[in-house]
Amino acid sequence: MTTVRYVEATRTYAGTDTPAVDSLSLDIADGELLVLVGPSGSGKSTALRMLAGLEPLDAGVIQIGDRDVSNVRPRDRDIAMVFQNYALYPQLSVAENMGFALKQHGVPKEERTARVRETARILDLEPFLDRKPRHLSGGQRQRVAMGRAIVRQPAVYLMDEPLSNLDAKLRVQTRTEVVELQARLGVTTVYVTHDQVEAMTMGHRVAVLKDGLLQQCEAPSTLYHEPVNLFVAGFIGSPAMNLVDVGDARPLKVGETEFELDAEADAALAKRAGGVTVGFRPEALRVGDGPLRARIRTVEDLGSEMFVHVAVEHQGESVPLIAKMSPPFDGDPGDQVGLQITGTTHLFGEDGLRVASPKASLRTPGAVSHS
Amino acid sequence: MSGDVGTPTVGERRWVNGALGGFAWLTALVFFFPVIWMVINSFKNESEANTAPTLNFTPTLDRYREVTESAGGLLSFGEAFTNSIVIVLVSTLIVLALAIPAAYALAVKPVHKWRDILFFFISTKFLPVVASILPIWILARNFELLNTRLVLIILYTAINLPLAVWMLRSFFAEIPRELIEAAEIDGASLRGQLSSIILPMAAPGIAATALLCVIFAWNEFFYAVQLNPVDGSTVPIWVTTNVSTRGDFLAKLSAASVLACIPVVLAGWIAQKRMIRGLAMGAIK
Repeated sequence: MTTVRYVEATRTYAGTDTPAVDSLSLDIADGELLVLVGPSGSGKSTALRMLAGLEPLDAGVIQIGDRDVSNVRPRDRDIAMVFQNYALYPQLSVAENMGFALKQHGVPKEERTARVRETARILDLEPFLDRKPRHLSGGQRQRVAMGRAIVRQPAVYLMDEPLSNLDAKLRVQTRTEVVELQARLGVTTVYVTHDQVEAMTMGHRVAVLKDGLLQQCEAPSTLYHEPVNLFVAGFIGSPAMNLVDVGDARPLKVGETEFELDAEADAALAKRAGGVTVGFRPEALRVGDGPLRARIRTVEDLGSEMFVHVAVEHQGESVPLIAKMSPPFDGDPGDQVGLQITGTTHLFGEDGLRVASPKASLRTPGAVSHS
Repeated sequence: MSGDVGTPTVGERRWVNGALGGFAWLTALVFFFPVIWMVINSFKNESEANTAPTLNFTPTLDRYREVTESAGGLLSFGEAFTNSIVIVLVSTLIVLALAIPAAYALAVKPVHKWRDILFFFISTKFLPVVASILPIWILARNFELLNTRLVLIILYTAINLPLAVWMLRSFFAEIPRELIEAAEIDGASLRGQLSSIILPMAAPGIAATALLCVIFAWNEFFYAVQLNPVDGSTVPIWVTTNVSTRGDFLAKLSAASVLACIPVVLAGWIAQKRMIRGLAMGAIK
């Protein structure tokens, strides 16, 4: 059984004051696929490299299983890593690349060959075993890099953006393959990506990092529906959540319309003064005959769904919003439309933390409530 | 010509390119002429060699025979070549053995002030050779190293080492960092990383560095003639023994010079075969 624990793990690079990873505490369960996600500079790769032993810890502890590995050399941590650029040894054949680690660990030649063959079979790499990496396509190289990790049967897999060098179609396909493979092998895996779609589709849990600080670590649907703060709300989801700064006036207003909230949310808002940011997902925004006046900017037709980009006059500025509609949708750029919110609305306080997530709708001031 | 003044037409451009190409060839010929002349002279009689350059002569290998035959008491061809080969190979091997770990450390795990260290290395080459010869000569005499191969091995090692570290460092720095890290995670020891990953990838760079060390050590004359005029003398000194105060010597000197050049040209040709193999091909996307 292999769990991974970060306990207040901190890394500050020489010549900088702010830590690249700041007191990261994270428990990863046996067999879990945990995704570290965040924009560039968020510290996700550094956190992975700390687990690999490629970056020393300035404070805190990292455990693999029950063992404190904070000061253990990379090769003694029983881990295997897949690098973004694959890092295949150019002068070695595919078979030699995959068998390199086994050779270093003194595995007898016959066993080595058998294990490399078996892994190559799983990954459909058998025809390429004698080739050099430079004679492989990008997708094949990626599989060799995966194979090199799998063949070792380590306690933990570390993957540092392993799909980002593939083209879009192959990336989606490989994503599924990696998930299936991980489920089958049942090996604890830490996966780093900047792509939130990859994170949401692959991870059992997703840890969102920003500026070296862990923001939230939850299952994808929890992250999506209950983001802990503005950053997570804006980062997770594509297209991103609509976020509107509505200021400190009560009741909350966007444009000329008011938010009609449930009693619980009203109570929560009453307890705190200061500015509020309202967030609602594109699928919670309906374009049609709602009370909020808007102008269509563009319409993106994806076949199964349509993204309608609209502009709303709010506090003297034009605020862009996105609505996700099911076809058919009738509307052209320049059309005046009315918007209504039909789903969950998230309210964020001045400190960026989520205050409440009530069901909400918009109404014209003075109109009689239907609820 | 049409209205677009200043833009050369296709015809004009071709003419300019042709002229530039011709000029380049002419310059190359001017630079290469002394070498051609030397080779031609080496196949002539002394009397022919001392006339104006001409191609109207009967080629002969007699000059080569003369210079390679042992002339009693003087430095022989065989002795000089043996000395040179031993000194060049041993000093180059020591340079590589010392420079590879140093350059690897500076490229992959640099110390705090690695730039200062690199500058210190190269600053040892700022001193004029003439300024250092007296202390070196005294040291060599006191350690009884004058007229030995050892003194030149030590000197050539010391002289080539800074340059070798500089060159190798830049080659090692080009190796993708992830490859070294992958090898580290895969369980390779430092020696394993060097022997199975780094050195094969840096082979072209190592070949280029070794070639420069060989060329320098083979051609070095000043230290050799000051420290080893009697024993342990090298090929450049042997070439000068063909200069005589009586009679003509130009053809003989040419033949000796051609012989002195051959090993360097050979080394260059062999190293080039390794150097053209691209560095790190296929390692990354």
